[in-house]
Amino acid sequence: MLIVGERINSSRRRVAQAIEIRDAAFIQNEATIQAEAGAHHIDVNAGAFAGDESDCLRWLVETVQKSTELPLSIDSPDPEVIKEGIPLVDKPPMINSVTLEPNRLRGILPLVATHQARLIGLCQSEDKMAETVDDKVRLAGQLVEIVTRAGIPLNDLYIDPLVYPLATHPRAATASVEAIERIMREFKGVHTICGLTNISYGLPERKLINRTFLVAAMTRGLDAVILDPTDASLFAALKAGMAVAGRDDYCMDYIAAFRAGRLA
Amino acid sequence: MSDRLEQIKEAVITRKRAEIHGLVETAVNEGIEPGSIIDSGLIAAMDVVGRQFSDNEIFVPEMLVSALTMKMGLDVVKPLLLKSGENRSRGTVIMATVKGDIHDIGKNIVIMMLEGAGFQVVDLGVDLTVEKLVDQVDAVRPDLVGLSALLTTTMPEMRRAVQVLHGRGSGKTVKVMVGGAPVTPSFAREIGADGYGADAAEAVALARRLTSPGEGQAAC
Repeated sequence: MLIVGERINSSRRRVAQAIEIRDAAFIQNEATIQAEAGAHHIDVNAGAFAGDESDCLRWLVETVQKSTELPLSIDSPDPEVIKEGIPLVDKPPMINSVTLEPNRLRGILPLVATHQARLIGLCQSEDKMAETVDDKVRLAGQLVEIVTRAGIPLNDLYIDPLVYPLATHPRAATASVEAIERIMREFKGVHTICGLTNISYGLPERKLINRTFLVAAMTRGLDAVILDPTDASLFAALKAGMAVAGRDDYCMDYIAAFRAGRLA
Repeated sequence: MSDRLEQIKEAVITRKRAEIHGLVETAVNEGIEPGSIIDSGLIAAMDVVGRQFSDNEIFVPEMLVSALTMKMGLDVVKPLLLKSGENRSRGTVIMATVKGDIHDIGKNIVIMMLEGAGFQVVDLGVDLTVEKLVDQVDAVRPDLVGLSALLTTTMPEMRRAVQVLHGRGSGKTVKVMVGGAPVTPSFAREIGADGYGADAAEAVALARRLTSPGEGQAAC
């Protein structure tokens, strides 16, 4: 299970403040605690700084790289910001994210190839945000085609089925997990990824819904996730989910996590 | 009679979807004016629901189910209003999420609340270009335009939309209200919007104010 640590996101007020005053120590600590908690990529996002996003993101890239050996995840909806951030990375990054919209894709695919980056592709086109299982799988197929045509190995593509809130879309979770299963089966070699916070929008005890959804998605084949690895009960659910999904032989990782005191 | 209206109001507030149809039908059969059923029953209930949501007393799905219950009640009385030829619309509102942004949950909640308050709403969806918006404003001639943005990156587009809608010389300029997570009252003022709503209930109150006769100037 590939874990992208989501804590360095400017939508969090403390992170935005740290970016604003260029508080490197705070940001580096955020990177370190996620690395220690088991993240594989450290996501960096400066989306709250409209107009200044590129400068802020490049500062984040340089700052985080000084404190961790982990590769980054360059997070922006703006392809120009991604393009300006990528040259600074010192290890193959994750690119978070593109859609099927031409203006989101423009210029990104060549960068993926040159930097051997991993790419998150959302099931979203110019006229469609995939809501049903069929739409999600169809748009996933288009992502697979575009990426393959650009000479990028399928193994580097992480498809996000687009997770809607349960509060407004009662079948949001089942649609996503069904799509994950079909995408993993129909496009062999591709990965699936999602964030966990959308699903619980508007509900009480959001974290409970988040981790329940995570386990449900893992049993259907989800093999990458964007989350906060320092969230103890979420991390415990992740370990339990691996065992439940039959992806932790003899529950060795689960038991190791127990011995490390990380299931409590 | 007022007991019956109170029951209808209570049914919407407490999300009694199974009961609302029968209650409204009974009220109609008892000779209660459709207008009273809407105003003192259905709309009065959504005012309470909107307040409960603003005060964090209820969650998003609870508000949605109340709005659905309200709509089911409205469906019973609407044909009667059409028959009597009474026009009870408080005004027409065009709603859209601006170009570059595909988030529509907040916008859809505002639409439900506006409809609950008696407005006719034309939903232009998400990721709407200023050009299409202008076309629709010319075609629909709404009393008010509501724009939503959830991404900070699309806020400049909101500014542009307000500029274009306000900058056109022909006839009376349409009023524009704005909202969405990153939008603030000061941003709304700065871009020249006629009003800002922090949540669905505020948006409804604002829409009422901006469409009431005699409402002239900015209400930010």
